[in-house]
Amino acid sequence: MPNLSRTPLHDLHCELDARMVPFAGYEMPVQYYDGVLWEHLHTRSSAGLFDVSHMGQVRVCADSLEEAQIALEALVPVSVLGIPEGRQRYGLFTDEAGGILDDLMIANRGDDLLLVVNAATRAQDIAHLSANLAGCSVTPLIDRALLALQGPASEAALAALVPGVAEMRFMDTSALDWNGVELWVSRSGYTGEDGYEVSIPSSRARALAEALLASEAVIPIGLGARDSLRLEAGLCLYGSDIDTSTTPVEAGLEWAIQKARRRGGEREGGFPGASRILDELESGAPRRRVGFLPDGRAPIRAGARIFREGSDDPVGEVTSGGFGPSLGRPVSMGYVETGLSGTGTALEAEVRGKRMPVTVADLPFRPSTFKR
Amino acid sequence: MKYTEEHEWLRVDGDLVVIGITEHAAEQLGDVVFVELPEAGTQVSTGDDIVVIESVKAASDIAAPVDGEVVEVNDALADTPGLVNADPLGSAWFVKMKVGDPSQLDGFMSEDEYRDMIA
Repeated sequence: MPNLSRTPLHDLHCELDARMVPFAGYEMPVQYYDGVLWEHLHTRSSAGLFDVSHMGQVRVCADSLEEAQIALEALVPVSVLGIPEGRQRYGLFTDEAGGILDDLMIANRGDDLLLVVNAATRAQDIAHLSANLAGCSVTPLIDRALLALQGPASEAALAALVPGVAEMRFMDTSALDWNGVELWVSRSGYTGEDGYEVSIPSSRARALAEALLASEAVIPIGLGARDSLRLEAGLCLYGSDIDTSTTPVEAGLEWAIQKARRRGGEREGGFPGASRILDELESGAPRRRVGFLPDGRAPIRAGARIFREGSDDPVGEVTSGGFGPSLGRPVSMGYVETGLSGTGTALEAEVRGKRMPVTVADLPFRPSTFKR
Repeated sequence: MKYTEEHEWLRVDGDLVVIGITEHAAEQLGDVVFVELPEAGTQVSTGDDIVVIESVKAASDIAAPVDGEVVEVNDALADTPGLVNADPLGSAWFVKMKVGDPSQLDGFMSEDEYRDMIA
C-alpha cells in the first residue's frame, strides 16, 4: 500500500495470511485467518499476540529523573512525581481548554521516563513534548517494536521465555533479558485481561513474536479484535471516545488525576486547562461517558444520536459501538447529559432513521482480570 | 444462479427469485452478528436498500437487484446471523421476491463471469 509505513513484523503478518488495512499511517493486520470473533474469544480464554509497534515510544530524560518528572507534570494532570521506580501510570495530555490531546502511558524506569503514545497523534505529541519540556531531552525510539501479549495464558507463555515476568504485578515495568536482548516489559494492556506489553529492538521483534506464537496457547490478533476487546473493557479509543472536545471529567477519567494535582493537593493544577478540569472535578461536568446496552440485537455504532424516549432533542451520542463477542450481544459507549447518566436509565438511539431502546450501563461491561 | 456486481446471487425458484450474497462477499464482511430484513409484502425498486448486514467490523447494505415484491424473508437469520458466513449460498438466503418482469434477470452475470470479476 502506497505511502504507508510498515512495522518490523510486516512480513510475518503477511505469512500468517493477515488481512492488512491502512491504520494511522501504517499497514496493519485487521484480522488473521480465524476472524475477529474467534481472535477475541481466544484472547479472553487463552492468549493473543498483538503487534502494536505503530504506537510511539518516547524517552524523556533530564539531568535528574526528578527534573524530567516535574517538567512532564506541566503537560499532564498526572502525579508523575508519584510514580515509583518500576511502575507505570495512565496519563493524558490536556490542552488549554481542558480537552484531551492524547492519552498515554508513563513509566518510571529509574533513570528516565518511557512514554507510549498513540500512533495517529505521535508526531504532534513529540512536537508538544519537545517544545514544552524545558531542560529535557525527548527521544522518539524509532528502532524498537512493541508487542502485546494479552489473556489468562500470557504469564505462562511469556515466563517460559523470560521467567522474571511472573513476579510482576499490574502496571509494573521492568527491563529483562531475553537471549541477550533487553526487553522493556510492563504488565498492562488494552483488553481488560492480564497481560504484558513488551518493547524490543526492531531487529529481534520477529524472533520474539515467533517464539511466543510457538506456544499452543498463543495466536496472533488483529486490530478488529483489539477494538472489540477494549470496548468490552470500557477503555477509551483516542479520536473516537476522547479528543480535544472532551474533558477528563466528562470522559470519566478522574481516576487518572491524582490527589496531588487536585485542589488542595501538594502540586495543585499547573497543567493545561487546569482551571476547567479542577472545577469539573469538584462540581461535575455537563455530560458523562457511559456504557449503552442496546435492548435489541443490532449493534449501535459511533455517530448514533441518543434521545429521551419520544423526544426529538438529542441528549447524547455514541462514540464507539459494536458487537461484544464475550457478552454475546451488542455494546456501545458514548456521552449523555449527566442527569441521564445513571445506570439503568432507559434511552433511545437513532439507527438508520429508527429509534432503538438502549439502557445506560456501567463500564467496563465485563470485569477486568488484572494481577494486582 | 445469476450474480450482480454487488456480490449478490439470484436463484429462480418457480415464480420467485431468491436473493443472497456470495461466499466472496461473506468472507470480505467477516463474522456476521446481525441481519436486518424487510417485512414480507414490501414493494421495492431496484437499488432500494432492503437488508442490513452487521459484521463485527461494520454495517453493510444490500440493495434490491430487481423491482418487485418481497414475499418471504429468512427469519432464521435473526437468531443465527452466523449462517451468512457458514452457508452463504444455501441456508443464508435473505429474501424471496416476486418479480414483475422476469427479463430483469437477463442482464446479470453467470457464475463464470462473476468469478472473472472477483479474480
